[in-house]
Amino acid sequence: MSTRLSKGGRLIDRAHAIEISFNGKRLRGYRGDTLSAALLANDQMLVGRSFKYHRPRGIVASGAEEPNALVNLGAGARAEPNQRTTTTEAFDGLVAASQNHWPSLDYDIGAVNNLAARFLPAGFYYKTFIHPRPAWKHLFEPIIRRSAGLGKAPAEPDADRYEQVYAHCDLLVAGGGIAGLQAALIAGAAGARVMLLEQTAHWGGRAPVDGDVIDGKPAEEWITATLDALGKMENVTLKTRCMVAGVYDHGYVLAEERVADHTPGDGRPRKRLWRIRATRVLSATGALERPLAFAGNDIPGVMLASAVRDYVGNWAVSPGDRTVVVTNNDDAYRTAIALKEAGLEVPVIVDARAQANGALPQKARAMGIRVEAGRAIVKVKGGKRVTGVALGLMAGEGAVLEEIACDAVAMSGGWSPVVHLWSHCGGKLTWDRARAMFRPDAARPPLTQDGSALVIAAGAANGALTGAEALADAAEAGVAAVKSLDLKAKTTPIGKAEAVEEAMIEPVWMMPQGAKASLRMKMWLDFQNDVKVSDVQLAAREGYQSVEHTKRYTTLGMATDQGKLSNINGLAILADALNEDIPAVGTTTFRPPYTPVTIGALVGEARGEIFQPLRRTPMQGWHEAQGAYLEPVGLWRRPYCYPRAGETHEQAVNREILNTRANVGLLDASTLGKIIVRGPDAGRFLDMLYTNVMSSLPVGKCRYGLMCNEQGFLSDDGVVVRLAEDTWLCHTTSGGADRIHGWMEDWLQCEWWDWKVYTANVTEQYAQIAVAGPKARLVLEKLGGMDVSKETMPFMTFAEGELAGIPARVHRISFSGELSYEIAVPASHGLALWEKLVAAGAEFGVMPYGTEAMHIMRAEKGFIMIGDETDGTVIPQDLGLDWAISKKKADFLGKRGQERTYLASPDRWKLVGFETLDGSVIPDGAYVLDAGTNDYGFRKAQGRVTSTYHSPTLQKGIAMGLLRHGPQRMGEVVEFNTMAGGTVAARVVNPVFLDPNGEKQNG
Amino acid sequence: MLILECPYCGVKAEETELQPGGEAHLKRFGPGSSPEDFEAYMFARKNPKGVHFERWRHAYGCGKWFLAARCTATLEVFGTYPAQSPEPPADLVNKIKAKRPEWKGWK
Repeated sequence: MSTRLSKGGRLIDRAHAIEISFNGKRLRGYRGDTLSAALLANDQMLVGRSFKYHRPRGIVASGAEEPNALVNLGAGARAEPNQRTTTTEAFDGLVAASQNHWPSLDYDIGAVNNLAARFLPAGFYYKTFIHPRPAWKHLFEPIIRRSAGLGKAPAEPDADRYEQVYAHCDLLVAGGGIAGLQAALIAGAAGARVMLLEQTAHWGGRAPVDGDVIDGKPAEEWITATLDALGKMENVTLKTRCMVAGVYDHGYVLAEERVADHTPGDGRPRKRLWRIRATRVLSATGALERPLAFAGNDIPGVMLASAVRDYVGNWAVSPGDRTVVVTNNDDAYRTAIALKEAGLEVPVIVDARAQANGALPQKARAMGIRVEAGRAIVKVKGGKRVTGVALGLMAGEGAVLEEIACDAVAMSGGWSPVVHLWSHCGGKLTWDRARAMFRPDAARPPLTQDGSALVIAAGAANGALTGAEALADAAEAGVAAVKSLDLKAKTTPIGKAEAVEEAMIEPVWMMPQGAKASLRMKMWLDFQNDVKVSDVQLAAREGYQSVEHTKRYTTLGMATDQGKLSNINGLAILADALNEDIPAVGTTTFRPPYTPVTIGALVGEARGEIFQPLRRTPMQGWHEAQGAYLEPVGLWRRPYCYPRAGETHEQAVNREILNTRANVGLLDASTLGKIIVRGPDAGRFLDMLYTNVMSSLPVGKCRYGLMCNEQGFLSDDGVVVRLAEDTWLCHTTSGGADRIHGWMEDWLQCEWWDWKVYTANVTEQYAQIAVAGPKARLVLEKLGGMDVSKETMPFMTFAEGELAGIPARVHRISFSGELSYEIAVPASHGLALWEKLVAAGAEFGVMPYGTEAMHIMRAEKGFIMIGDETDGTVIPQDLGLDWAISKKKADFLGKRGQERTYLASPDRWKLVGFETLDGSVIPDGAYVLDAGTNDYGFRKAQGRVTSTYHSPTLQKGIAMGLLRHGPQRMGEVVEFNTMAGGTVAARVVNPVFLDPNGEKQNG
Repeated sequence: MLILECPYCGVKAEETELQPGGEAHLKRFGPGSSPEDFEAYMFARKNPKGVHFERWRHAYGCGKWFLAARCTATLEVFGTYPAQSPEPPADLVNKIKAKRPEWKGWK
């Protein structure tokens, strides 16, 4: 059993006991424990179930690489699934629950999958669920959906807040082990702005646990002294609990700081996302130990050798009374020695190498530990916990020579440098054959904007695995970093670690080397996703040669740990199965984040009201005070309607329309895009931009215009106003102002840069109000100050003057089909004018109307709407707007595009109106059915609806849409499909349902 | 997140300040052009792994369009220059040639 030792534990504070809860059980721990340490101290080795077979899973690692020990942390609004117990700091009152099992961790029904394991091989999903097709929808998918995913999403909104911080530095050092500390010290001393980020709560990395001796003293003393020196440098920022998640283009770095994970509810943000711009990045991220592949290596109690050492040294936790160590290198002997020194039993060290005569093996032997070289674990015995191991010859096929009882196994397959940060931005790796590892290839680093190296690797992350090598390497890297920043290195103390001679590793990818199939089926590569040696070999037999394909076929490395433990072993197995060299097979792509980053941190403060910046018109407050129902239009929030007490939105919209048609309505049209185009060449420029001629527009007049893209498709529309001889005002759609302004600038700056034209987007400089309805003129006359009579101000003209004392530009334009004035005033006068209009209009029955009333009224009048009648594939000619396309102009944007044969085809779908025979409303998006079916068995279509509404004015459903040969088919009855699966019959009619001769708007 | 120096205002702008505009130095083909020329102008874009010339707008800065030469594989930026350039400046071309001897030129 695993238990707490009576002495030791460099990170725990025995004076402060804490109590945590796991699956409702109360467990005791100490301040300084990780959740893993506290669980193991209470003999809770079993912590979860694997994804596919629901096999019992125990704690394997002691750090971020942990694949198994994922739990649900916290409850209610602070619940968070899939948290690694190895990186979770324990605190008094912590609540955790295991995942992926039913009904309980100990008795899990899903474990029946394990019995069927031989029928669930790699690619099982792809192979099984293809036929019969209905079975996928009704049988397989529901089952898979229910069983998929580890943990459960919290049901309540997150109670915590998250924040984001921007920072800049010359050198970002990722990793606060001895290499990171040494490199930061050199760079800091040279005057560089340094950020040193460490993902755990402690500095120094593995050195103290591994017993490194630096400058003749225990590593801990050197670490403290170095930190002290760094702390005194104002140009150095030190952060623990801060994981560098990713390195991106040109030195953009994301890091996640765990601020209050271990002190929930204390008022601080839960996490802080650092968005850093670093000139250089120094990756001192250490190395990860690899598991060994032997049968039963997934049984709880089998752990990484380094993790066993960590639990004993850091937290005084013994993973077992009797621990068998199995290795292919000398480093794992440190674990055996540490266990023995802690008074625990190591029945045997199983060394796959033919000989084990290095300094560490000799020390182990001298301590009385039995060392068996050339041996392998044939299989681990046990179910929910290791009970023993069966040993055999490494060179053999798995014949058992001896069985040894034990309750834990410490395995080491060698070390893999953490090359993630090196690789994120394109750094290449080299296979170090002698040391059996991929390490950064210094000749092919990721580059920054000037073509120099962005990332410098140092220490174990660079393949310098021992303390002595790591410090020497970090010193070199630190100096190189200083040089790359054009700074001068100052004399800085360089730590010197005592070198411990280690014999060479011997790569072992499978144990024993000739293991038969029954053993290979029990050798786990990916513990979380249940991928075994046999699965990767099967993928190779089935033709998967690329490591990227094999990954996706087998799901190797696709779990939440992203293959930190499994990738190298898996690709070595693949290389062997393909009879290829390991570097020829290569690695999968290392992508950020290094470990999962919570969505909350990525979202930061952008929640609720401040999710995005909102644009407000000068009258926004009035609308809100009236209880307007708002709808998003770009970043605007426009009134959709102004419901009165007891009214539904539909009733409000109908009332607003009928009142506007009978009396007068007010629309806040301030969001309408307004772009001033001015200069000697402005007319020529607008003639290129619009399909019709704008240069000929007389001063004082308005003209409706269309803009197309170069392909000829309709892009935006609006009324153009000739303000002066050299000045035009272009109205655009509400959502289109910024886009169209950018479009104008693009052509002016990049194509016609010698044309003398100036543009200004003045959308927010003016408030604009539409006063529409038969009594509109009466309201304006009551305000007084301008002659708004039909004679002085006919339709499609404008005048400038003062209305009720407010400087105003009044346009006679109409989007409702009514007698209509659109009044533009400086934004600061917008609310005043609005309130004056409301007051003056009272006796005429004025009411504000919203965007929905606007939409319906324009549809009643047959006016097109960009985004409804257009979708990027529609040309003006499709909409019967040929009259707005100049035949005379030699060129305009989109002219050549519209000449393309398929756009000139007479068979295109063209705009018509539709009226249902039964008066109902055609569903949004419905198609006009045609005879027959297409190649996919779907009913053919000959048109579609683009706008469809109930018209309160006409008391029936009306619609606009595109129909093949539409304008030639007036009076014909066609059929639309409905959501219910039926059809609705409609007559093809003129799209102008109201006032086709324009008597109202011209009046 | 690229950093490109705006040749107008001199700001070393981050990608979030910039709006991409696709391939640079396109020749516009309007009315009267052949279907082949128009198709090439409209749709046939280079997508090289290596040296590439691109349009960018300093949209959340000075608002100016400019052109950039960079390596799409390594993200190295060779230089930026004003949009009002019918072709890349000679010194920039020479600089790229010196760094990438295998490069076949910008056309």
